[in-house]
Amino acid sequence: MAEIVGNEGGGGGKHQKKRAKKGRVHIDMTPMVDLAFLLITFFILATTLSKPSVMEITYPKEKDVDDVDKTKVRDDLATTILLGKKREHLYFYHGRFKSDTTVLELTDFSKDGIRKVFLEKNRDILEKIKTEEKNYQENKITEEEFIKRRRSIKGDDNAPFVIVKTLDKTPYRSVIDVVDELNIANIGKFAIQDMAESEDITLRQTLAAAGEAGV
Amino acid sequence: MPKIKMPRSSPSLDMTPMVDLGFLLVTFFILTAKFRPVEPVVIDMPSSHATIKLEDKVMLITVDKDGRIFFDLGNPVVRQNMLKNMAERYPAVLQPQLTEDFVTRFSNLGSFGVPVAQLKDYVMADEGDRADLDKTVSGIPADSLSNELGDWIMAGYTEFVRYAKEEEGMTDDDLRKKGLKYAIKADGDTDYEKVKKVVDTFRDREIYSFNFVTSLEQEPKK
Repeated sequence: MAEIVGNEGGGGGKHQKKRAKKGRVHIDMTPMVDLAFLLITFFILATTLSKPSVMEITYPKEKDVDDVDKTKVRDDLATTILLGKKREHLYFYHGRFKSDTTVLELTDFSKDGIRKVFLEKNRDILEKIKTEEKNYQENKITEEEFIKRRRSIKGDDNAPFVIVKTLDKTPYRSVIDVVDELNIANIGKFAIQDMAESEDITLRQTLAAAGEAGV
Repeated sequence: MPKIKMPRSSPSLDMTPMVDLGFLLVTFFILTAKFRPVEPVVIDMPSSHATIKLEDKVMLITVDKDGRIFFDLGNPVVRQNMLKNMAERYPAVLQPQLTEDFVTRFSNLGSFGVPVAQLKDYVMADEGDRADLDKTVSGIPADSLSNELGDWIMAGYTEFVRYAKEEEGMTDDDLRKKGLKYAIKADGDTDYEKVKKVVDTFRDREIYSFNFVTSLEQEPKK
């Protein structure tokens, strides 16, 4: 569709004198522009989409010392999540484990499931963070200061501590989902560990009672 | 009364500057675009709400559904040095095989998941054959008896740090802030035990912080 304007001598009759071409030659560049912007759009999308998101987890230095019994976590702050072999096997209990009295509660990965448990547990901390966030939004503190304060609030001695206990056959997806929920609930203190023998037994009993055979 | 002359041709706009700009941008994006490297296995990553993006300088460990482990480290120069470093750790197996062609080919590869003994066959295979091999390879051994993964990690880390210091002029302080990150990309259906094996291998080498690669959460969880 290259449109050439100003060249009037082309279709003229024989009697007309040949004139030197006058005027400028215009080329319609619309299709080219279309193509260029299509390419731009493609590359913009391709570059941003190819970077996957990551979740950062820092493990403790020593492998097995962060048990509730061994560290001095207050009983009322500790929550333990037990992850079974199947994705639906998501149990938790608060406080210290006692094989005869601890009752495992069943929950799930929905919005009203484990997220609610965590948010409730972490209510005080969340309120503090919200105050700081407000300060930040009202430009009372800098972003750096806000991040620093949030970190110290999350690591506070009174902040809840969550232990995620896994079996060998626990699907990796469950672990990631629990940690994701912890991040959503702003719980900064957590650890991923192997399930203790006694907890495994209680989990089996609970599952058996719930009618799940062959676990 | 003179007639009003109607303009004969349609008004045309000079689009040259816009086209210039457009192509400048296209060129920019073509040059900066990094396409996803060929992956040996298909990984169905779990989803999360995490918003941090994966960084460039990263050691990537992939764990597939069956627990096979694959290793990847980006920069070709570091990869060459890493292979030579690795050859020193395996003088009987790898050292005699080390040829110029092998090293060059290895440096341009992506993730690989073969034991050291089979590495050369794997690297020297044609692209199509390699894709077939990827279906059958056993992954990098990470058991306590022969932990090749641990050696790859150490070789990769050592060469990365050396390259960063000597070629890029980074100081220890720079490295602490934006040094090598360790990413673990595992399939959602992998047993956690297999992922733990990788994590423990890192922890034994005093590396405690990991980036777990996830896809973006789209639908509510069940």
